[in-house]
Amino acid sequence: MNKITEKGYLSENVVRMVIEAPDVAEKRKAGQFVVLMVDEKGERIPLTIVDSDVEKGTITLIFQVVGKTTTCLAEMNEGDSLFTLLGPLGHPTEIANFGTAVCVGGGVGIGVAYPVIKALAEAGNKVIPIIGARTKDILILEDEIRSISEELIVATDDGSYGVHGFVTNVLQNLIDSGEKIDIVFAIGPVPMMKFLCEVTRPYGIKTIVSLNPIMVDATGMCGACRVSVGGKTKFACVDGPEFDGHKVDFGLLMTRLQTYNNQEQTAMENYRCRHNDR
Amino acid sequence: MDKKGKRKKIRPYRVPVTERAPAERVQDFREVPLGYTVSQARDEAGRCLNCKNRPCKGGCPVGIDCGGFVAKVHEGDFLGAVKLVKEKNLLPAVTGRVCPQVEQCEGPCVIGKKGTSVGIGNLERFVADWEREHGVVLPDKAPPTGMSVGIVGSGPSGLTVAADMIQFGHSVTIYEGLHEPGGVLVYGIPEFRLPKSIVAEQIASLTQLGVEIEMNQIIGKTLTVDDLLQIHDAVFIGVGAGAPIFMGIPGENLIGVYSANEFLTRSNLMRAYKFPEWDTPMRFGKKIAVIGGGNVAMDAARTALRLGATDVSVIYRRSREEMPSRDEEIRHGEEEGLQFDFLKADQSREVDTVIVAIGQRPNPTIASTTPGLEVDNRGYLMVDKETMATTREGVYAGGDIVGWGASVIRAMGDGRKAARAMHDYLTLRS
Repeated sequence: MNKITEKGYLSENVVRMVIEAPDVAEKRKAGQFVVLMVDEKGERIPLTIVDSDVEKGTITLIFQVVGKTTTCLAEMNEGDSLFTLLGPLGHPTEIANFGTAVCVGGGVGIGVAYPVIKALAEAGNKVIPIIGARTKDILILEDEIRSISEELIVATDDGSYGVHGFVTNVLQNLIDSGEKIDIVFAIGPVPMMKFLCEVTRPYGIKTIVSLNPIMVDATGMCGACRVSVGGKTKFACVDGPEFDGHKVDFGLLMTRLQTYNNQEQTAMENYRCRHNDR
Repeated sequence: MDKKGKRKKIRPYRVPVTERAPAERVQDFREVPLGYTVSQARDEAGRCLNCKNRPCKGGCPVGIDCGGFVAKVHEGDFLGAVKLVKEKNLLPAVTGRVCPQVEQCEGPCVIGKKGTSVGIGNLERFVADWEREHGVVLPDKAPPTGMSVGIVGSGPSGLTVAADMIQFGHSVTIYEGLHEPGGVLVYGIPEFRLPKSIVAEQIASLTQLGVEIEMNQIIGKTLTVDDLLQIHDAVFIGVGAGAPIFMGIPGENLIGVYSANEFLTRSNLMRAYKFPEWDTPMRFGKKIAVIGGGNVAMDAARTALRLGATDVSVIYRRSREEMPSRDEEIRHGEEEGLQFDFLKADQSREVDTVIVAIGQRPNPTIASTTPGLEVDNRGYLMVDKETMATTREGVYAGGDIVGWGASVIRAMGDGRKAARAMHDYLTLRS
C-alpha cells in the first residue's frame, strides 16, 4: 500500500516523491491534497497533489523538509511504504476560461501552483506563471512549468536568476505594463500571499489563495484548520483550501500557524528516525 | 421465590465495583473501574429477582435478555451468559462500559425502587471481559446469500449492521475515513473509559466472521454512494455527526481554543498524550474551561486533568440534573477534581485553554454528493423510523447522522433495525 516508487531532491531540502495510490490518481483534480502518516506513531500531515499518472496509478508530492515528519518522510526511500494515505481531499480549484490568468508560486508553493497552471492552460486560459524563490538553487519545476506555458516569469530575491526582486514587484510591474489580468492565483508562504492580495486589491483583480493552516483529520470533523474569510469561520480542509484572498484574515492564519512552535521544536530535538529505533 | 417456595430476601444495595483511587488514576489514561471479580459478579447477579416480565430487557435498545444472562452469571455459567448476550450484541465489552444503563436496562429494574438496581452494565462488562480472557465466542453464520452490503463508517451503528448482516449470510464491507476503525469509540471516548485494545478486539471478532474494512475511504470524496451501489446490493450510512459546532463568539479562533473533537482526536486517536514518543502535539495550559455538559465535555475535561491541568472547570448553561452525561462520569469527574459551573451562559474568567463541547452537526459531504438523498433543515438524513430506509432506494442510515441524539447504544439500536430491514429488502427482492 502506498509504496514510494520514485524519490529525488529538487533542491537541498525540497523532495519530490512519486507514490502508488491508484484511486487517488484517478479521482484527484487540481488544488486537492492528501493527508499521510509516515508510520503508526506518526502525525497526519497534509500535502498537495502536484501531479498524477492514472496509468501507473501514482501521484506526485513535493515537500520541503521543515520538521520531524518531513525529515522522516525524506529519509524514506524507493520501495518503502507509507503507513497511511488519504485523498483526494478539499475542493478542487474552480477552473474556467477566465481569459488571462496570472498564477504566482513562491518557494515550495510552486509545486502547489503547478497543477493549477496546468489545469488553467488546458481550460484555454492565457496563463502567465510567475515563480519566485529566495535564490536560484532553490527554484523548482521551472522546466515543467515552461513546457506548459510560454510566458513564464522567474524571479529571485537575490537576483541570482531571472528578475531581481519579489514576486509582488513582478506582479505590480505586469499590472503597470497594461496587461489585462482577469484572475490571479497566489500560492506560497502566507506573507507572500498576503502581499500579493494587497497588490491586486486596488485594481479589483480577483485573487485566489491556497491556505495552509494546521490540519489533523482534514475531513471536517475537528476545525483545527479554521480560518476567517469575510468575517466567517471556514474549515480550510472542506470549505477550501482555496479562498478569495481579499477576504482572508491572514494575521489570524499566521498566528494560528505558530500554535505548536515549541512542540515542533521538541519533536525535532527528540528526533531519532524510526528506521533506526522502531 | 426460590425453589422451596420461600420469598427471596431482597438485597437492596449493589456490590460495589472496585475503582482506582482518584489521585492515582488522574496520572494516567488507564481504565478507572476495575470490573467485578468472579465472586463479586456472582454475588451481584444473585440480587436479581428474576422477574417474569423482565422490564430490563424492554429497556435495552438492542433487546438483550438481561435477566436471562444475569441468571446465568449467578449460576456460574459464564459461557452461557456470553452466548445469550451475543445473540443480540456483538460488542458487549463496549456497551457494558459506555451505555447510560441508568436510563436503559437498569432504569426499570424492580430492585431500583427499593435501593440500587441490579448492576446489569457491570455484569455485561464482566461477561464480555470473561470472554476476552477465555476465548472469543463467534456466532454462527447463515449460508452465503451471494449478496453484499456496503457500510459507510465504522462507528457503533456501522459495526452493529456489519455484525447482523454477516450473520445473515451477506458479504459485508465497511468503508472508514480515518486510519483506525471504531469511529467515536476510538477518536472520541478516551482510553480511561474504553481501552482502545478492547475496541480493536471487538472489531477483530467481526473481521474473523468475514467483515472487510477499507480504511481511508471518505465516501463522497474517494468514492460516492452511487459508486457503492454499483458494488453492493444495499448501503448503510452510519457516518455520525462529526462536524463540531462553534458558538460564533469573539475570540473563538484564538490559539488555545479547541473543539472537543480536535482535542479528543489529538489525544485519543493520535495519542498526543504520549508526545513526543508519538508525533502529534497538543497545546494546553493549567487553567482550562470546558464548555458543555454532555459525555464529550466530561471526556474532554477528564482528559485535560490527565494532561496535567490543575484547574479544570466544566461550564454548563443548565443545571446539574439536566446534564446529559452519564452519572458515573460526572461522579468520576468530581472525584478527580473537576469544578462545575452550572447555569452559566455569559461570563468572563481567566483561562489559558478553552474546549468547546456544545455538540456536533452532520458533515454535508455525503448528502451533497448523493442525488435523491434527502436531509432535514439541519442536515440530518431523513429516514423511515421503523426501517431506517433513506429516501434513496437500497440506502439505509442510522446513528447520529439521523439526528436523534448522540449515544452509542442508540446508534446500535438503529443499526439493529436497519439490518433487519436491509435483510428483508435483499431477500424479498431476490
